[in-house]
Amino acid sequence: MAEPLDDYIDAVTKALALPVEEAWRSSIRANLEVSLRLGRLVDEFALPDETEPAPVFTV
Amino acid sequence: MTTKPEMTASEIASAVAGRKMSALDATEAALARITQHDAILNSFTDVTADRARAKARAIDADIAAGKTVGPLAGVPFAVKNLFDIAGLATRAGSKINRDLAPAKRDATLIERMDAAGAVLVGALNMGEYAYDFTGENVHDGPSRNPHDTTRMSGGSSGGSGSAVGGALVPIALGSDTNGSIRVPSSFCGIFGLKPTYGRLSRARSFPFVASLDHLGPFARSATDLALAYDAMQGPDADDAACTTTRGLEPTTPLLANPVSDLRIAIAGGYFQQNLFPEAVEAVSRVAKALGATRVVDVPEAARARAAAYVITTTEGASLHLDRLRKRPNDFDPAVRDRLIAGAMVPAPLVDRAQKFRRWYRAQLAEIFKSVDVLIAPATPCTAPKLGQVNFNLGGVELPVRANIGIHTQPISFIGLPVVAVPVPLEPLPIGVQIIAAPWREDIALRVAYALEKMGVAAAPSPKGF
Repeated sequence: MAEPLDDYIDAVTKALALPVEEAWRSSIRANLEVSLRLGRLVDEFALPDETEPAPVFTV
Repeated sequence: MTTKPEMTASEIASAVAGRKMSALDATEAALARITQHDAILNSFTDVTADRARAKARAIDADIAAGKTVGPLAGVPFAVKNLFDIAGLATRAGSKINRDLAPAKRDATLIERMDAAGAVLVGALNMGEYAYDFTGENVHDGPSRNPHDTTRMSGGSSGGSGSAVGGALVPIALGSDTNGSIRVPSSFCGIFGLKPTYGRLSRARSFPFVASLDHLGPFARSATDLALAYDAMQGPDADDAACTTTRGLEPTTPLLANPVSDLRIAIAGGYFQQNLFPEAVEAVSRVAKALGATRVVDVPEAARARAAAYVITTTEGASLHLDRLRKRPNDFDPAVRDRLIAGAMVPAPLVDRAQKFRRWYRAQLAEIFKSVDVLIAPATPCTAPKLGQVNFNLGGVELPVRANIGIHTQPISFIGLPVVAVPVPLEPLPIGVQIIAAPWREDIALRVAYALEKMGVAAAPSPKGF
C-alpha cells in the first residue's frame, strides 16, 4: 500500500534524476520522515523577516 | 632512552630535542605498536612507514647538525583518511573515492604539523563520508574501542579515537561536523578539541557539510592537545571560511593559568536530559571539581539540533548528488538512503535552519556575557556495542546511530570551541564537553588542563587488547 510520502518521493526522484530502487524506498521514506519532522520543528519557530542566515561564524 | 607506549607528545618532543631519544626510535616504536595492535583495533587504513622514517631521519640529521627543531619534533601522528596525503587517494571512508587520483599535496594541517616536526605515520579509518557517529564502516570494517574491542570507537573520526585511545600514536587529527571529534573522544577516553568554526584550515580535506565542518586534534593529555592546536593555527587562503581576522593565539603558555577566576556553569535543560547514569556522573564530577553550581538553560537547544540535522542532510546530499546518481550501489546503503532523503528536503526548511542559526547564536552570545565556560555531556552514554541498533534513552527506545550526537550537535551548530575531556569511569570512560565563547580555545584548554591536574580528567590506559 502506498505511503503518504511516496508520491512526493517519486516526483523528486524524477526531478533530480536519482536512481531510487524499490528496495531502498522504505529506508529513504523513514529518513525523509525524520528530516521533515525536524524541519517542521525549525519551521514552527517564528523569526523576524530581517533575519540573515548564518552559514559562516565570524563573531 | 626507550619509548613507552603511553609517552605523551610533549615527552617525546622533549626527549628528541634533548637527544635522549632519536626521532627514528620514536617513529619505529609507533610503527611497531601499529603492527602489533592494529589488526585488532583496525584504526589505520594506510601506514606511511617509508615517509615517516624519511622524516624522522631528517629531524635526527637536523638535531645532529645543531639546527633548531619544532615543538613536535619526532612526535608520531596520524590523520583521518579524509585529509589529503600526497601520494594517496583521499578515500574519506568510502569505496568510491578510492578511484580518485592520488593527492598531489598534503592537507594544510598536515603541512603545519610536519613543519613543527611531527611525523605522519598513516591515515585512519572513519565512517563513510563522515556521515556517522559509530566508527563503523562497511568497506573497511569498524575501528574498535581500545577499552573493549566489542564496542564502538565512535564516529565519524573512529580511527582517530581508536589509535590515540589505544596509544598507537599520541596525536591524531580528525573532523567534527556534528560531534565527530567529541564523540570518539568520549567513547575512547581521550582529549579532543573542536576549535571555533573557521579557526583551523580545512584546505585539502574532503568536505561533508561546508557550513558546519571543523578539523581538530585528539591527544592523551591537554598539553598535547594544545601543542598540536598551536602548531596548526594560522590563516589560509585555501579555505574560504578560515579566519583572517585572528592572529596566532598560542594556548600552550596559558595552560597552567588558574581557573579560579573563570565563571563556569552547567548547561541545563536539554543538556540534562536523555542521559545514562554514567554521563550524569561524569558531568557531576567535572562540575564539582570546578566548583560549578550555577545551571544555565540554553534556549531552544532541541531546535538547534534539529536545524543542524536538516543542514547536514541537505548539504551532504548536495555534495554527493552526482555520486548518488552514478554509483549508488557503491555507498554504504544506510548512508546512501540518508543522503537521498536529504536531497528531498524542501529548500525553505534549509534556509530557515540557517536563519535560526543566527538567532540561536545570539542567545549563546548573551549567555557568554556572564559565563566563561559551559559544561555539558559529550555523549549520552559510554561506548555502545558494535552493531547495536537501539538504546533506551529517557524511557524511550531510540536508534543509537542518530542519537549519539544529540548533545554535541547544538554546540557545533554555531561553531563554539569545545574540548572533550575524558572522565575515566569504570568499566568505560566517557567525555564531558568544556565549551567556551567563540575564539576562546585557550579557556577551554585551560580548564581541561586543570581537570587533568586535579585527576578528574585522564586518558585511561587501553585494556581491551
